[in-house]
Amino acid sequence: MGKASILSPLKAIRFLFQKPLTLRYPFEKKEPAPRYRGFHLNDWDRCTGCGNCADICPNEAITMIEVPAIEPEPGNKNERPQLDYGRCCFCGLCVDICPPGSLRLSRDYFHIHFDTDTFVFVPKDEKKDEATFLPAEEYSILKASLTHRKRDYEGFSPDLDFALFEPQRVPMPQVSAQERKQSFVEMVRGYSAEQARSEASRCLECGLCEEACPANLRISDYVKAISEDDSEEALRIILEDNPLPAICGRICMKHCEDACSLGLRGEPVAIRWLKRYAADTVESYRETLRAELPAETGKKVAVIGAGAGGLAVAYFLRLKGHGVTVFESQPAGGGMLRMGPPRYRLPDDAVKDDVDYIASFGVQFRFNTAVGKNVQFDELRERYDAVFMAVGTHRSYTARIENEDRALMALDFLNAARVGPAPDVGRHVIVIGGGNVAMDVARTCLRLQQMQYPGQESVTRAVCLESWEEMPASQEEIEEAKEEGIQFNPAWGPKGILLEQGEVSGLECKAVKSVFDEQGRFSPTFYEDRTMVLEGDMVIEAIGQGYDLSFIPDHLMESLAFTERRKVKVNEDGMTSVPGVFAGGDIVNLNMDAVTAIADAKKAAEGIHKMLSEH
Amino acid sequence: MAQISEIAGSGSGRELELYFGPQHLGMVGNFSITLKVEGDRVLKATANPGYLHRGFEKLMEYRTWIQNFPMVCRINVVEPDSMEMVYAMAVEKLAGIEVPERAQYIRSICLELARVSSHLFGLWAYSNMLGFDTPAQWAMYHRDLVLDLFEELTGGRVYHIYLWPGGVRRDFPKGFRDRIVHTLHSIGGWVPDYDATFFNNRLFYERARGVGQLSQEQAKALGATGPVLRATGMKFDIRKVEPYAAYDKVDWEVPTRQEGDAYSRIWVVRDELIESVHMVFKLLDAMPDGEVYNRIPNPFKWRIPPGEAYVRCESSRGELGLYLVSNGGDKPYRVHFRTPSYPHGLTILEKALEGASIADVGNTMISLYVVAPEIDR
Repeated sequence: MGKASILSPLKAIRFLFQKPLTLRYPFEKKEPAPRYRGFHLNDWDRCTGCGNCADICPNEAITMIEVPAIEPEPGNKNERPQLDYGRCCFCGLCVDICPPGSLRLSRDYFHIHFDTDTFVFVPKDEKKDEATFLPAEEYSILKASLTHRKRDYEGFSPDLDFALFEPQRVPMPQVSAQERKQSFVEMVRGYSAEQARSEASRCLECGLCEEACPANLRISDYVKAISEDDSEEALRIILEDNPLPAICGRICMKHCEDACSLGLRGEPVAIRWLKRYAADTVESYRETLRAELPAETGKKVAVIGAGAGGLAVAYFLRLKGHGVTVFESQPAGGGMLRMGPPRYRLPDDAVKDDVDYIASFGVQFRFNTAVGKNVQFDELRERYDAVFMAVGTHRSYTARIENEDRALMALDFLNAARVGPAPDVGRHVIVIGGGNVAMDVARTCLRLQQMQYPGQESVTRAVCLESWEEMPASQEEIEEAKEEGIQFNPAWGPKGILLEQGEVSGLECKAVKSVFDEQGRFSPTFYEDRTMVLEGDMVIEAIGQGYDLSFIPDHLMESLAFTERRKVKVNEDGMTSVPGVFAGGDIVNLNMDAVTAIADAKKAAEGIHKMLSEH
Repeated sequence: MAQISEIAGSGSGRELELYFGPQHLGMVGNFSITLKVEGDRVLKATANPGYLHRGFEKLMEYRTWIQNFPMVCRINVVEPDSMEMVYAMAVEKLAGIEVPERAQYIRSICLELARVSSHLFGLWAYSNMLGFDTPAQWAMYHRDLVLDLFEELTGGRVYHIYLWPGGVRRDFPKGFRDRIVHTLHSIGGWVPDYDATFFNNRLFYERARGVGQLSQEQAKALGATGPVLRATGMKFDIRKVEPYAAYDKVDWEVPTRQEGDAYSRIWVVRDELIESVHMVFKLLDAMPDGEVYNRIPNPFKWRIPPGEAYVRCESSRGELGLYLVSNGGDKPYRVHFRTPSYPHGLTILEKALEGASIADVGNTMISLYVVAPEIDR
């Protein structure tokens, strides 16, 4: 301190002769850092309109606005974020929460305008808005604004490692391929309470799934209930729209998960397994939830078919106080669910739990009663106030090949394996088909082989017209079948079943040129000269199913309208062109799955209720 | 400038009441002092905050845990990082979140860079107020170099929103370490010039010596912390007393002075600035590789178990504390900041101005290193 001198500052005089440190803007410019948090960029093609950015914004600067130019589809709302730069604080939380990673910040930060409305802006990026995002030679700093910006000028961008959501799903404990193919043990073990809570807490509650679900389940709400350890509340929410939680929790085609915004850069929330968790955790739905029935209305409805659609419509109608009788040709409820999916995917108990729950509301079941045989359709129309038919599709299609009578039909085989005494299988089985039913057949067959030929060499081959990419079976099924040892022969079409001394000896196949025509319709073409022979002692066809409406008398059949795709045509109330006759399920919709049947049933139940209330 | 608001009728008729601020060149921000003066002596000073009440603590009760991050940093514009740090630490304590080791080093480096930028800003404020324009301009320029580093690391120059629960928001960009070293070396190279023009300048010595002098006992009794306390000879620094981040991983010194006046306080700031630069070099050398972030729960479903936490860190102005209460919800139940400017700007300032000359009011105030937003939070 003693050094303090009045003369020492003179040392600074030398700076008079040096270059100034400050920049002479705008002639000298400094580029913002690569991570700069400036105005937003949004890739409209990747953006799903999920609205998580608007939800996390601490300043409510983001509003989701409807964009009529965008066609909404499952997993993509026709909404895009709009920014109010009078409120935005450029924190970038919106970037870190954006599941598809479409929202980014740029390095632009200039906007000067007399009109405050111009500060409200719907961000796009150079792909969608060439007029705003200009190449360097057209850009001028003097004109810089929200609508005059630089191309390829990305700043703060999404990084999955630092995202505010968890992209990875909680792994589902599964029985190994080696172990599971020895028996029909259920391969998916189900989440523990901790796993379910943890998986459920990944959900961002954007609701894309709810719009994609045919039955519009309140998915965000029940997943939230599970995340709060309240599976009873979750089940209560599920049962509002879906009376088959244990079944759908296992074999649902999960349109919801396909739409989940987390699936775009990570794995979707395991919505299906969470539904299963809720159903499996609650011991007895009816007792736990203490569901009450309303007063009887005295109206009666006949339901044909005790599959997903029939069960669901019975449930929804009972909850409105109508009397319901279900006619089913089989000895138990479940329809295709009871016959189709093998036990390793859908154990008997799960089907029983759901069917018992619906029966507990006083639904009358007439099993072993085929309409058209044991009881006539016209009789039902007379005796009941309304008829709902959901008979499903259980007539297997055939490929019309040589010696076809020697092939087994998929549904007969699955039904036998599931319900009756297990059928005998060959040691070298060939399954024709590349859909989910074919996978069920092949994997069932593989298990029966393991049980019937222990320790001996056996093989199940699948042959289908489609290539790997075109195969209609779900990716999950294909992967699991491969793990278990199914041998695939994609892009081969069946030509004829070969016989040797009256016994099946193999399948002759021809190479496929194309499966679909230019319009994308199914119309396979082949290289007739390129053939191969798959050796085998058993052939099972699993190439699709159709419905059988022969129980409907001719005078009604004439007035029953069909769609272009040969489905029964129904109106917005689920009613067919025959008054008082409603329909749903596989005979109506193209998805041909349980949840869509439930959606049809929900619609028809509302329609029937409306009709019955009017009279 | 000070206005004559009232000519006191009592006594000798020589007492005046003056309003100093909120619009006054010597004022630290939207803050005011009511002075009772006789001649150019201050008889009594009454601090008058509240011009800037932004209700942050209340607002935070209405925002989710993560939504509060863009807000806490705004409580102290000059040094937002320590605000983020205490909030992150409190949330981590309540929610039981671990922080990876590398992130602890990055946090310390950030906080020291923030101290450097804040001290440079303080140096600008003080030297500018006394009329030393040249070093003031340099300090502003050098602060900008540190802000460039922050811009590169966090995407923001002033509000970084970078230290958050579970670690930090992004890792170092490529080559960032070298740029920190380069920037700090170039600032360090200017220390002789700062010394020559300001710290060893006789005019500064004469102007600051004995101004706003506090004894160590007074400082302790009135709740002084940071450079104000250390300028009275007390070696007290939360980074040593209760180490957080990576402050216990490297060796460093706590600079102190004995006199407790404005002159000592500004010298402590100078020494700390140099010590921080050295500390950053040591932290960079010791910094391990690895993860920098443990993912926090889904912000839309994040509930923190009920409980309360008090955490503190050493901001450039002194002890910064945060009392955070959760009632198990998705938002804080109560947030309260213990900011160093609160005692410095209210009780200590009033004490230090007793008997001071009017010309030393701004001098005293800025040497106490007050940031008005920290008082009105």
